[in-house]
Amino acid sequence: MADAPVIRVRGLVTRFGRHVVHDGLDLDVRRGEVLGVVGGSGTGKSVLLRAIVGLLRPAEGQIEVLGQSVRDTPPDAYRRLRRRWGVMFQDGALFSSLTVRQNVEAPMREQLDLPPDVMRTLAGIKVRMVGLPEDAQGKYPSELSGGMRKRAGFARAIALDPEIVFLDEPTAGLDPIGAAAFDRLIRQLRDALGLTVFLVTHDLDSLHAVCDRVAVLADRRVLAIGSIADMLDVDHPWVREYFHGPRARAAKIMPPEPA
Amino acid sequence: MSDTPPVSDRPCDVILDGNRLRLAGHLTIDALQTFDRAAAAELARRAVVIDITETDAVDTAGAWLLVALAAQGQGGGADIHGASSHQAQLIDTVRANMPPPEAGSEATGGMTDRLARLGGRIHGGAGAAVELVSFLGQVVATIGGIILHPRRLRLTSVVHHCQEVGWNAVPIVTLMSFLIGVVLAFQGAAQLSQFGAEVFVVDLIAISILRELGILLTAIIVAGRSGSAFTAAIGSMKMREEIDAMRTLGLDPVTILVVPRVLALIVMLPALGLIADVAGLLGGAVMAWVDLGVSPAAFQARLVGNTDLWHFGVGMIKAPFFALIIGIIGCYEGMKVGGNAESLGRLTSTSVVLSIFMVIVMDAMFSIFFAVVGV
Ligand SMILES: Nc1ncnc2c1ncn2[C@@H]1O[C@H](COP(=O)(O)OP(=O)(O)O)[C@@H](O)[C@H]1O
Ligand SMILES: [Mg+2]
Repeated sequence: MADAPVIRVRGLVTRFGRHVVHDGLDLDVRRGEVLGVVGGSGTGKSVLLRAIVGLLRPAEGQIEVLGQSVRDTPPDAYRRLRRRWGVMFQDGALFSSLTVRQNVEAPMREQLDLPPDVMRTLAGIKVRMVGLPEDAQGKYPSELSGGMRKRAGFARAIALDPEIVFLDEPTAGLDPIGAAAFDRLIRQLRDALGLTVFLVTHDLDSLHAVCDRVAVLADRRVLAIGSIADMLDVDHPWVREYFHGPRARAAKIMPPEPA
Repeated sequence: MSDTPPVSDRPCDVILDGNRLRLAGHLTIDALQTFDRAAAAELARRAVVIDITETDAVDTAGAWLLVALAAQGQGGGADIHGASSHQAQLIDTVRANMPPPEAGSEATGGMTDRLARLGGRIHGGAGAAVELVSFLGQVVATIGGIILHPRRLRLTSVVHHCQEVGWNAVPIVTLMSFLIGVVLAFQGAAQLSQFGAEVFVVDLIAISILRELGILLTAIIVAGRSGSAFTAAIGSMKMREEIDAMRTLGLDPVTILVVPRVLALIVMLPALGLIADVAGLLGGAVMAWVDLGVSPAAFQARLVGNTDLWHFGVGMIKAPFFALIIGIIGCYEGMKVGGNAESLGRLTSTSVVLSIFMVIVMDAMFSIFFAVVGV
């Protein structure tokens, strides 16, 4: 049972009109791991994420999350299943007419029947956990910086202590110090809450710092999956360029070249 | 040393065992829904140790509960025992993120408070009026600049908006005005036939349509159709920071977005008014013929012979002013949209209500003015 993957994708095909994004994609995510998903812009990382959480109906293939099929579960079961994951979208997708604290309270309000003061306290804890300052709680998303919006989006994603969190480029657009703090945060919460993390990222430092395994999306499928060390041996132009490039060296994925 | 009965049996049990508070079961956010916190806190006050060996799931909410209960414990707080390493880590994380002690919330609702709020609202309203007028000034100044340098005019955009606000509105304006003519003839006839003065229905229709109703109702339809569209379009651009982007690129949003819309309205509203006049008279003529037996020829003769051209003039003079009001308010409210979707909706409806209201106020002022000058 411990070996059963929490996310299992088989033969996934997605297309928009005649534009095929995934063609026979397979992917397993193990319980408790941080899986980094990398790939060039437009290779379908966000689309894969949307397909897994059921926002987008794939043309073909099976997607199972926590042992249940996302496509074919009845609405009731899907609702229960949905509670067991949290999603942070690429640009935060906070509700613009709610304050940060109300945004984090929103899933609790929808799914549970808690007294308002408890909701308030729990939302406050989550907001502090993701490293937002105290006065951010009462602010509206338009009053926050991009990095703060991402943190708030993360706080909302973990509001109900899900088993899986999907993060779409959480550190893109953050300063290096903020990004490193976000990486630490992901690890910390993963350890504390026992999360499984599906992390879409471009950030080599993030990959190095938090990911247990890396999946590379290219040529409409998962080209390679394994530890970062494994990626160094993959023979594919994009993968080589990505993991052997100067940025990879700077992120200490590669040993420095002998002088 | 007797065991206290459990506070809540499912799904999380709280048992006080001497000075040891034992928790068992699920300590999760779901459990919190039914958990009796007050009773548990009462028990926690007598505890020195909180034992969670028997719990099988602890999440953030559960950890918060533990930390809150522990803080109630004897001697400045109970110790939490029996946590697995993961649970201990979670509890530490939550403890580090507990809310700061409550600052006393400010009292509200006093008389001074209410006065202050009233004053604030009046001040805000006056400020908005000043801003609206200064926006009008800015637009007029920009139009003046364009007259001096005609090449700055975005002609394509003006034509596009002429089609949007003018041409596309022709069917609805025509239909509405035709029906108003029909209604006027029908209602007028019922009254006038009592005096055998049916033929005066022509004067009734001509004066009311040409002078007031044709242009006023057209302006109201255009405010609802185009004023709201202006606010929504400019507002959503503002929301996505497109307006800021324009400014940084040295493009003036007033020249690019506002002036073409306002100019298109100033050109098209009189045209729509003219169409409305014709359709209204036509509707009246049809009804007069069907209901009163006033033949089209008699209607025309009476219309041409007996109606002062000034009635038409008065209606047409008002049109550009109404257009200016609708255009300025529509664009101004759009520019006021902030970062959230709610303000877009709110300001769109404000834009429609305010421009219709201002059009009617303006119409009343024109009535007084024309009465004084005697046309
Ligand atoms: N709603 C959509 N309609 C049409 N094409 C889409 C849609 N969403 C994504 N795509 C296309 O799918 C491809 C993958 O997009 P995406 O998953 O967002 O890329 P990324 O890997 O950068 O996140 C892109 O080529 C994009 O144009
Ligand atoms: Mg993406």
